[in-house]
Amino acid sequence: MGAFFGLIRRDLRLSLRQGGEMGLVLGFFVLAVLLFPFGVGPEPELLGRIAAGIIWVAALLAAVISLERLFATDYADGSLDLIALSPLPLEAAVGAKAIAHWLTTGLPLTVLSPLLAVFLNLDPSAIPVLTLGLLLGSPVLSLFGTIAAALTIGARRPGVLVSLLVLPLYLPPLIFGAGAVEASLTAESGHADLLLLGALTLAALPLAPLAAAAALRQALE
Amino acid sequence: MMTRLANPARFMRVSGTMLPWLGGLTVVVLALGLVWALLLAPPDYQQGESVRIMFIHVPAAIMAEGVYYFIALASFVALIWRHPLADVAAQAAAPIGAAFTFVCLTTGSLWGRPMWGTWWVWDARLTSVLVLFFLYLGYVALVNAFDDASRGARAGSILALVGVVDLPIIKFSVNWWNTLHQPASILRAGGPMIDVSMLIPLLVMALGFGLLFGTLLLLRMRTALNERKTRALRLYAVEQPRAQGAAAGLPAARAASR
Repeated sequence: MGAFFGLIRRDLRLSLRQGGEMGLVLGFFVLAVLLFPFGVGPEPELLGRIAAGIIWVAALLAAVISLERLFATDYADGSLDLIALSPLPLEAAVGAKAIAHWLTTGLPLTVLSPLLAVFLNLDPSAIPVLTLGLLLGSPVLSLFGTIAAALTIGARRPGVLVSLLVLPLYLPPLIFGAGAVEASLTAESGHADLLLLGALTLAALPLAPLAAAAALRQALE
Repeated sequence: MMTRLANPARFMRVSGTMLPWLGGLTVVVLALGLVWALLLAPPDYQQGESVRIMFIHVPAAIMAEGVYYFIALASFVALIWRHPLADVAAQAAAPIGAAFTFVCLTTGSLWGRPMWGTWWVWDARLTSVLVLFFLYLGYVALVNAFDDASRGARAGSILALVGVVDLPIIKFSVNWWNTLHQPASILRAGGPMIDVSMLIPLLVMALGFGLLFGTLLLLRMRTALNERKTRALRLYAVEQPRAQGAAAGLPAARAASR
């Protein structure tokens, strides 16, 4: 267990110190959201209607651009081999890296989302649903992301490839996350969508590290 | 059967004798199906002549999904038993499946224009086929992204298995998304249960598409194996003078510089 938390601590420290990568991802997220009013026009009603979709899509893209660092730097400097050789099961190591990735992308994105929702004129009653949805759904982004990041280790142009592999997999969390807000804006409640988001996270929590660890094993073979 | 065909040389022999027969059968069945479907089958009382697009569209849709499951099965076999031909089969099938998916999307679009008055609708089924197309593209891109071909094959196998687990989830979520926003309105294929006069040519076409897949698969697998053989022979030819040079006592550097 010590190694597990040690790995999380190490990844957190690296992403906070190494040129402030976490800040860059958050900056990308905010800018991507703020580009939309320029693209679709500043009418508050229109922006309020599509706010949840914009924020979710921007969160997906921010997660994707941060995936590359998940294993690539460790692979390049050889620490991935050491992690694989350590007594910690590779599946647990992947889990630790996913948690660290979520703590540095998913969680800050979730914290920022209410502010951006206000910018986009989302109905105040729907803001808690949006935030709760991101909190429940963003772990899926990190967990699925570990699979794509592990598969593309050592590939040519891994960055572009990762987005092609992972964006189709991100469709379900996007649908349920934006759907929850949409449902809470109309008469229905977003309860069912939020439950499904939670179910996705719970299903991905054991399964994604299995697949990602298998991918890592064949990459390090 | 599986272990017997694991020997690529034996596979080449068996598939070599099978291929002309399979190809001939494909041509006959497809020709029969096309003539029947496009000329002989009656036009639909509602859709008129444009119903004939369905004779291409439906078999393509069946194959689009079927080939993906085939790739996942082959990947499973490749990962578990390290069957040397399963990788080859999965990789050979992927572009064929992508092509079937593309045909399915385009014919659907061509049919939708006169029938629904639009080229594209964000209907659940259309959307999930579109996602399937991107899963195919991702698989092909990943397999070809490595300098070491066996790395690409194994990464592709894992991706195909992840995809096949995720495909029902995507389908479910897309269904959920669509029914939540626009309950089935435009998207009923309309018309009564399919009539026998149309069902039989449809089944013939489906059989023809299946045979076409088999023929193309064997052809592509044989090409891939031959390619592998030429690469090995070429590497051998490059290595050979160096080995001879070393045996004759020539400086290795001179031989390598050739």
